[in-house]
Amino acid sequence: MNFGEILLMMFTAILVENFIFSRFYGICPFLGVSSQPDTALGMGLAVTFVITISSAVTWAVYEFLLLPFELDFLKTIAFILVIAALVQFIEMFLRKFIPSLYASLGIYLPLITTNCAVLSSALLNVQNGYGFIESVCFGLAASLGFTLAIVVFAGVRARLRDAKPPKSFEGFPLTLIAAGLLAMAFAGFSGVRF
Amino acid sequence: MKQFIKQLKNGLIDQNPVLVQLLGMCPTLATTTSVDNALGMGLAATAVLICSNVMISLLRKLIPSQVRIAAYIVIISGFVTAVELLMRAYFYPLYQSLGLFIPLIVVNCIILARAEAFASKNRVLPSAVDGLSMGLGFTLALVLVATVRELLGMGTLMGVRILPEALSMTFFILPCGAFVTLGFVIAAVQKLRSHRAKKAADDHDGEVDA
Repeated sequence: MNFGEILLMMFTAILVENFIFSRFYGICPFLGVSSQPDTALGMGLAVTFVITISSAVTWAVYEFLLLPFELDFLKTIAFILVIAALVQFIEMFLRKFIPSLYASLGIYLPLITTNCAVLSSALLNVQNGYGFIESVCFGLAASLGFTLAIVVFAGVRARLRDAKPPKSFEGFPLTLIAAGLLAMAFAGFSGVRF
Repeated sequence: MKQFIKQLKNGLIDQNPVLVQLLGMCPTLATTTSVDNALGMGLAATAVLICSNVMISLLRKLIPSQVRIAAYIVIISGFVTAVELLMRAYFYPLYQSLGLFIPLIVVNCIILARAEAFASKNRVLPSAVDGLSMGLGFTLALVLVATVRELLGMGTLMGVRILPEALSMTFFILPCGAFVTLGFVIAAVQKLRSHRAKKAADDHDGEVDA
């Protein structure tokens, strides 16, 4: 891939095939941690951090470990272990060397192991046959799309708090319907094809 | 036996993992475009849930509690890989239409939640029944959402045409329709639950008066 193609792939991953609104990866943190805009931003940045690094590491694991030994059917197990170890490692590293960043991201990090956005971006890299640079760029773009979605949605939810819906729609159903409306806005990008 | 029926009812209705506990949202939104897909996804997750519950229950005294989450994830991903390979061998069209969501069963919070909350504390047989009932509850919720979406979006049910094509609304098949449909289904469940709770409270008051 040349530079233009990579840019195009990143644009597609952020807006057209947004992880939340068109592919449904990472819905749990999207619904769970989006009640305040600043915590949403913290979660988004933590996810971006982990996905970008894990894209690089899982690419290396797949290329140098699984493929040479013909173990690629074990990729789900291998990737989830790599991700769990990586999250643990990043947490320890941040606590020791960048305490200010740890203080703002720390509480979100353990949740990320079970965030399906991380595992699915690693698996998508393999499925699409991306090289090292493409994998990292795709991971970065996909997680930026996640961050965009969760921050925008936190803004919407801040306004929803003053709403007075019918009793059975209070809480989760109202949140889901608001997410549906936002997804409709993002569906507009699906017309953008190159 | 009574205990098992109670567990089954708990998983299907009272503590339904999707509609009441609000877990496992990603596959609920993504794989409910048709009833076939929803059924396939639900049963695949049920199989994994039963196997992982049994295995974790068998090993519950051997797994040190500090590394238990990592151990659960390894056990679960082993079974998920087995299910994935079986589906690729015997149900190839379904395998293709579910795509990445089969390996993503690994990070489905329902399975980890049952491992942590039930299988790690109970004997093998109740854990297997718990896996079965929670899995069937998950399947039920998926099929419920998929029925609405397939019927309104394409006018078909399991590929059989029910409504004329002119009445189908593509909106329900699109991602935005998934969020809105699930929102309405959960609202309906909350309505039913509050209705039942009120009725039970009324009955209780009646008994006190009598």
